[in-house]
This record gives sequence, C-alpha cells and structure tokens, in this order.
Amino acid sequence: MLLIDIDACIGCGLCEANCAFDAIHVVDGIAEVNENCTLCGACVDSCEVGALKIEGIDREEKDDLSTWSGIWVYAEYRHGRIAPVTHELLGVGRKLADLKKVPLSAVLLTDKAGDVPAQLVSYGADKVYVVEDQTLAQFTDEAYGNALEDLARQYKPEVILAGATAIGRSFIPRVATSLKTGLTADCTQLDIQQEDGALLQTRPAFGGNIMATIASSKTRPQMATVRPLVMKANVPDPARQGEVIHCTIAPERLVSRVKVRNFVALEGDQVNLNEADIVVSGGRGLDGEKGFQLIAELAQLLDGAVAASRAAVDSGWMPYPHQVGQTGKTVSPKVYIACGISGAIQHLVGMQSSDTIVAINRDPHAPIFDVATYGVVGDVFEILPKLIEKIKQARSA
Amino acid sequence: MDYFLTEEQQMIVDLSRQIADELIIPQRAALDESEEFPRDILDAVAKADLFGIYIPEEYGGFGAGTFEIVLALEQFGRGCVGVATAFAASALGAFPIMISGSEEMKQKYLPDIATGVKKAAFALTEANAGSDASGIQTTAVLDGDEWVLNGTKQWITNAGEAKIYTVIAITDRSKGPRGASMFVVEDTDPGFSYGVKEKKLGIRASSTRELIFKDCRIPKDRLIGRQGTGFITVMKTLDKSRPGIAILGVGLGQAALDEAVTYAKQRVQFGKPIISFQAVQHMLADMAIQLEAARALVYAAAKHIDAHPKDMSKASSMCKVFATDMAMKVTVDAVQVLGGYGYMRDYPVEKMMRDAKILQIYEGTNQIQRNVIGQELNKEYT
Amino acid sequence: MKIIVCIKQVPDAKDVRLDPKTNTLSREGVQSIINPYDRHALEEAVRLKEKHGGTVIVLTMGPPQAAEILRESVSCGADEAVLVSDRAFAGADTLATTYTLSQAIKKIGGADLILCGKQAIDGDTAQVGPGLAVRMDIPYVTCIRRIVEASDKAFVVERLMDDGYDEVEVTLPALFTVVKEINEPRLPSLKGKMKAKKLAITTLTAADIDADTAQLGLKGSPTWVVKVFAPQLKGDRTMIEGTVQEQVDQLAEKLMEWC
Repeated sequence: MLLIDIDACIGCGLCEANCAFDAIHVVDGIAEVNENCTLCGACVDSCEVGALKIEGIDREEKDDLSTWSGIWVYAEYRHGRIAPVTHELLGVGRKLADLKKVPLSAVLLTDKAGDVPAQLVSYGADKVYVVEDQTLAQFTDEAYGNALEDLARQYKPEVILAGATAIGRSFIPRVATSLKTGLTADCTQLDIQQEDGALLQTRPAFGGNIMATIASSKTRPQMATVRPLVMKANVPDPARQGEVIHCTIAPERLVSRVKVRNFVALEGDQVNLNEADIVVSGGRGLDGEKGFQLIAELAQLLDGAVAASRAAVDSGWMPYPHQVGQTGKTVSPKVYIACGISGAIQHLVGMQSSDTIVAINRDPHAPIFDVATYGVVGDVFEILPKLIEKIKQARSA
Repeated sequence: MDYFLTEEQQMIVDLSRQIADELIIPQRAALDESEEFPRDILDAVAKADLFGIYIPEEYGGFGAGTFEIVLALEQFGRGCVGVATAFAASALGAFPIMISGSEEMKQKYLPDIATGVKKAAFALTEANAGSDASGIQTTAVLDGDEWVLNGTKQWITNAGEAKIYTVIAITDRSKGPRGASMFVVEDTDPGFSYGVKEKKLGIRASSTRELIFKDCRIPKDRLIGRQGTGFITVMKTLDKSRPGIAILGVGLGQAALDEAVTYAKQRVQFGKPIISFQAVQHMLADMAIQLEAARALVYAAAKHIDAHPKDMSKASSMCKVFATDMAMKVTVDAVQVLGGYGYMRDYPVEKMMRDAKILQIYEGTNQIQRNVIGQELNKEYT
Repeated sequence: MKIIVCIKQVPDAKDVRLDPKTNTLSREGVQSIINPYDRHALEEAVRLKEKHGGTVIVLTMGPPQAAEILRESVSCGADEAVLVSDRAFAGADTLATTYTLSQAIKKIGGADLILCGKQAIDGDTAQVGPGLAVRMDIPYVTCIRRIVEASDKAFVVERLMDDGYDEVEVTLPALFTVVKEINEPRLPSLKGKMKAKKLAITTLTAADIDADTAQLGLKGSPTWVVKVFAPQLKGDRTMIEGTVQEQVDQLAEKLMEWC
C-alpha cells in the first residue's frame, strides 16, 4: 500500500496533480490516499520531499535470469498469410536485439512453413524456430500456446513479442500465465533500460489518456503484445541469411479441447481494419446507410478501410466488426478520416494514436477537433461528394 | 425537493428513470418523426415488471398504488409523453376490470396485463360523446348467451396495439345514465375492427384509432360488473387515472426546464451566458416554482386517492388541471428561452410544447375538471 | 448448468471529456459502473439459464464498494453474488488477479461455464479471461460473438478474428470472453431490484480462498508501473477554412499526398 510520511509531507499538492486516478488529495495540509489508488507510483515519483513510498516491492529474482537470452517475435501466420504486424515486430525486435547484442528470432507455428521462414529472415530475423504440424493448421489457443511455451522453456528467450491482434491477444496470455511471467498488452513503445537491460513497455492506459511504462524484469521471459501499425518494419533484404531450426513438440501438447469447424471471412470490404493505413470512419452525422456509401466510396478510392462510431453501429448502419472505440477496435492508421463523428471519449480512445487525424464535422465545437491534425467545419454531405469527385478528377488527369 | 420516498418507491423511480434515459430519450425524436408505436420500449418496460406496478399481487403484480404509478409515469413523461401515454393507456384500460370486474374476469385478464404480455385500452369517446358522455351511441344487445355490439369509438389510445379493450355501450337507453354498461372486447372478437391511424399534433408515438363494432359478438360474461353500472365504472376509472395524466405534465415540465436551464447556461449573447440576464432568470424561476408546486400537488393527490378510494374526484381533478396547465406554460416558455433554436426540430423543446397540449384535453378537458371541482365544492358546503 | 460471470467495477467514461489544454481527463462526476463488456457476459449467462436452466453467479474482485455492481447484476438476472475483497489484493496485475479469481472459483466449487467480458475498459488488457482459464486448466475461447449450440457437454461458438470469424467447438467446463455484438443487455427488473436489495453477498478474503500470499496483489505481480505520463500533445491542429470548394481542394491535395 501507499505509505505517507506525515512528518515529511508539506502539503504541496504535486501528488494530487500527478495522480491519474483521483486517488490522493491534500486534506488539511497532508496528503491522503483513497481506495481509487492503483499503486501506480506516479505520486511517489512526483513527490519532491520523499514523503511517499509504496510498500511491498521487494522483488526477488526467482532464478538465474542470465540464462535467458535473445529477443523472440511470434510470427503470426494465418490462412497462408503473414500478418503485417510480424514485419513490424521484426523491425522493433531488430533494434532491441542490436541494443542488447543478442540474436533476434522468429517463431513460426504452422502446418506448412513453405518459404515463410526465408521471408522472416529477410525482414530481420537471425533465427527462425519452426514447428510444422498438422494440428497447427487452425489456430487454437491450447496447441499454439503450449508450443510457444515449450519452445520458450527450451530455448529461454529474455523477451517475447507478439502482435496485439485477435490471435496474439488470445493465446499470448496463456503462455505468460503458464510461464508465471509478466505480460503487457497492446504496447505502443518498447525500449531497453540502460542500467539493467530491462524491457520497458509503454502502453496507453485509462482510456488512452495517460501513458504507462511497465517493466517485468524480475521474471523471464518479458512478454508484450504490440499494437499493429505503430512500429516500423524494415525493408526486406532477400539476401539476408539466417538459421532455420525445425522443432518438434510432444504430440500430447498439441491436443486442443477447442476444435475449429469452419471459418467465415469478413463480409463487405476486404481490408482488415487493424491493418489499414488509411481509415475512413463515419458517425451519427452520416444519418443512415446512404451516408456510409459515401464513406465506402472514399475508402475505396484511397485504398483504405471503412470504420464507424458506436452510434452508427448501434443504429444498424454498419456491422460491429467496423466499430472503432472503447467497445470496438483500437486502430492507429497513418491517416484517420472522421466524418460526422462528434468525438465522444469512447471513440477517441480507439483512434487517437493515429498518425494524422482529419475531422469533418458540422459542429465547430465537436470534441473530435481537439484531437484532429486537420479540421474541416462543414456538412459531410456537401464535402464528401465533392472530395470524391475532386480525387477522381485528379487521378484521371 | 425530497419527498421522502420509501426504498421500494425509490427503486421504481430509479428503474423508470433508467428506461427514460437509456431507451426513451434516445428514440423520442425518431418516434415523433415516424409516428411509430414504441413496441421495443414497451417490451423493455414489461421485462422490467413495470406494467405490474398497479396490479394486485394475487394477479401477478406488485399491488402498489396510484402514487407508485405516478412515480413511474413522471419519469416516462420526462422522456416522451407519447411513449408514456401508451403505457398509461394500458393502465386506464385495466382499471375498469380492477374496479368492477368479477373475480373470474380479474383472473382471466389481469395477469397478462401485469406482465405486459397484453396491453389494454379504454374506449369511451365517440364522435358525439366527448365531454358529454351521455351522447354515447354504441349499443350492446343481449342475444342468447352473447352480447352484440354496434357502433364506433373514436380517438382510442393503444387501438390496434392492445389485446384487451374495456368499452362502454348503451344497454338500455330508456334508463339514462343508468342505461350504460362496460364490456371487455378482445382484439380477436368477430365483428371488431380498427379505423385508420389518426395524424396528431403531438404524442405521435402513441397509436390513436377508431374501434369499429359491426355486430361484434362477445360472450355474456364479458360484462364488467352489473348491467347499468357503466358510467359509475367510467367515473371511478377516470378519478383514479387522472393523477397519471397530471404527472405526465410534471415529467414533461421537468424535461422542458432541464433543457431551458442547460441551454441558458451555454448560450452566450452580449458576451455573457443568457442565464445571467434577469429576464431569463425570472422566466426560469417561474417555471421551477410552477413545476415544483404541481409535483407536490400531484403527489399529495395520489397519496390521498390511495388512502381514500371513495373520495377521489376533487383531488384528482385539481391536480390534473394544475399540472397540465403548468406543463403547457412551461413548455411554451422553454421554447421562448431557446428562441429560434427552440423552434427548430433539432432541439427537443418544440416537441415538448406540441405534446403538452393534449394533456389539457384528454381524460376530461381542463374545463370539465373545473366543473367537477365546482360541483364538489357545492356539495361540500351544503 | 452452473455459470460464473466475472465482472469488474470500472470508472464510467460517459460524459468524460479530454481537456485539450492539459490533455488530462476531466473526472468530475465520473461514477463507477459495471465494465460494459461484462454486462454482455452477464446477459448471455442469464439467457443460457433461461433456456437451459441452472444458476448464474456473479463474481468480482475489488474493494467493498464493488458490492454495488454485484447487486446491479442480481437485479439484471444473476442468482448469487460473490465479492473477493482484501487489502492484500491491492496492486494486482493480471497474473495475480487470475490467481485470486481462480482460488475464489475453486472455493465456490467451480463452474460448468465461466463468462467474462472481452476486456475491462480501464485496463484494456484482455488478459484476465485467458489467464483465468489456464489457472483453472479449462479450455477457453476469446471474443465470442454468438453461441451457436449449447448443451451440458459442449458448446459451438463463433469467435471473432481479425479477418472474419471461426466457428469452434469446445467441451465443458470452459471459459468464454464475449464481445458486445453477442447480445443487447437487459435493464434491471423491479423483482430483480427487490431481490438484489435483500441479497446477502458472500465476501471472501485472502484467507477464505486459501491463498498463497506471495501470489497476491503487488507481491504476486511480475509487472509493475515504472512511470505514468501524459501522452505527447499532438502538434497544433490546422483548420481548413474557406468556401466548401476551397476546403475540398485543400483536403484532396493533402489526401493524395498521403495516400
């Protein structure tokens, strides 16, 4: 718990100002903590007189951590396709590995590896651990999780990274729990701490309104899932050489109590929202399915994906897989074009990490403009048709 | 103001408020525009057990009184008077059975009304029988084991949506006021049909249609109470239901005041929020005073009715007149506070103003209510 | 069928706005609510109970005031409620949380089915559901959008993937995490509210669940927060002004440059 040294506290209020959880207040000149406290430690760092301390952190290293070495990336491969986030992970993994002067490895779990290992090498992997088994034809948490867990126990990497995709966020927690190690979800930044080489994992927290840097360096491996489209992939180098290590996993470890019977591809647009560089998104202001035809047309023109606010999904104008925001998907494309979206906090948390945000809205006071890079005050029904027309003209010229 | 509600009463308020905020308010503008009957909302109200508030426990309800219905209706009225009217009309349709029906009849109809599986409706008004109920022309004639109904009821709320109709008809014209009787008609009865849906100024989410009886044959035991007691049942029903209309005025007035104050705080003119101008402050203050006085009167009348079921008329009429006249005034003033914006459909207050008008008209015009109050005074002072 | 629904009390994000000047959350009047995803998990559990019979138990780990969301769940159809509460749980990360929850579930005799929301809107980790299943050694399926078939022995469900959905079969006991597409949660009922008011909530402490204290709270958490900071402010936004055509021209130019 948070300990407050009342003799040292000068009631300056710095802790109160730095608390993201409304958990510490200065009452009668002394800081007081309430039950909202999450022990995040922000106040401890902010206190200039050393009056605050979090009790109970005397972490012991359980075993010899030095035997764990190397950076691993889980190479997500599904339906004959490497998920683009894999390349991004190899990009950031390469940097971390170079900083630590250790090899970067990719782990591929599949029924048929083909030339995928070579591709992973070309994107920066030094080694590729391949498990090729018929039971891995379809993704199941148990088989994939056990395979990665067993490989990790055998080869002892210090870091395992995976994409914060449907697959990564489903089975990586299984691996972390089995290994009794730390896992940080949906990171947007990864660094190495200079003093001890620990992996620093930064992620948005509390609805994206604060950033938290998390460490888990007293256990191994240090694990993180990483938000797609945030890290930069390296340009593939076909000449790059690497080692491919074929591994076998005990058959009983590849048994799953969950069986995949059937796969149904996403209807409508074929662009995966999580992987799109351009996202065109519509909200209540589009006033119906007709409005979304404009969104779809612009998205198609820009080779982007279609997204929608919760209001639009709840009104039945777009299916749920397109919903961006707190109860939908979190995206961070290069360009996010928000049309007729007022920008409720629940929506903003799902898209505010986009590189560039363009907002088109009738109401100049709409909160969406607070996060926009470019704002256009106007009627979407006037602007979108003209915009589509203009781009078409320019393209054909 | 704190009206010292019991825990159970507070639960009814909380639940109804949640329905108003989460279901009614987000849909009210669309329902007003499309004039669609709010089936989904009423289904949710049913699932929340609220159709059963006023039904006795032995018939599957909560056995609560007029005051508890008033608490629920206040929240629904704050959401949308159209939706609230659909809910209230089912209670109005059920009251004749509760007041005068036989044990068998109660067993047969009240449980389904309590669960909301079936909605009820009340049929009094005709083309020539509005404020003067003696103009009723619909007749019921006993033919063997069946009553045969002929005639047309007009402006019946919930018509076409309800499954159970309580209908007044003349059974013996020679007996004058003692010649009318009430019946239960079911939606599937032969010879029973509906007229076209009326186009209204307000409460457009509620369904208002004619009931048409052409040799409509119903079993003998559908007579509510004894033959010739129809008017007495009607009067008791309306005495009991009027606080429900009054409270719609209070809910609506509250909604209008909320919009007006919120707007007045945001709207800046001459460099200041308009709430800082005394002219606006005084309007808002008058709205608030009238509203709270109406609420206090309706609550008091509802509690009086629950405690003194034989002495309902005056209290019931007084609260109906006061609260609905207040609603008209407060909604008009809310439009005024919002100015040009208030007149636009982008803001909810113009709908509130349109909805308010019916409250002064239906379930006895406010002029008729004053007659009732006057007659009661005349009696009291003899 | 015995169904346990794991729920969490979170701050309500409704009406909260980002202060563009300080880029912090304006927390005024923010209330605590049931994590929105968990309401869908509860609704699905109640629907299963209504269709197949059984009991729905809601379980939460949190401070004493989290009892509020348990009562709310009972008013929406849950039968029993269990609160796991102890100072020793404070500062728990997902690993410590799954340990605590699994001990509590073992204490109350396990379940045929455990339902969780996909993730909590305050932490957004989506790790507790899968982790809990591993602790219980039962299969799990994340992000389910529909239950296709249900029996006492096995379920067929649709799980949402990035490129569509998989239809999967799973034997019981099992754990599912649900997305909001799965159903529309009901409002409380008056009978439910009355039941919730009278309900005795079972409260379990660290000692009650026979917990190994080294695995609880901050101590049992391999991750810790090194620092918390405000996200970098975006560069000043540019408003594209002018007539509609001028706005469109400028915007088109920018878009073609980027895309």
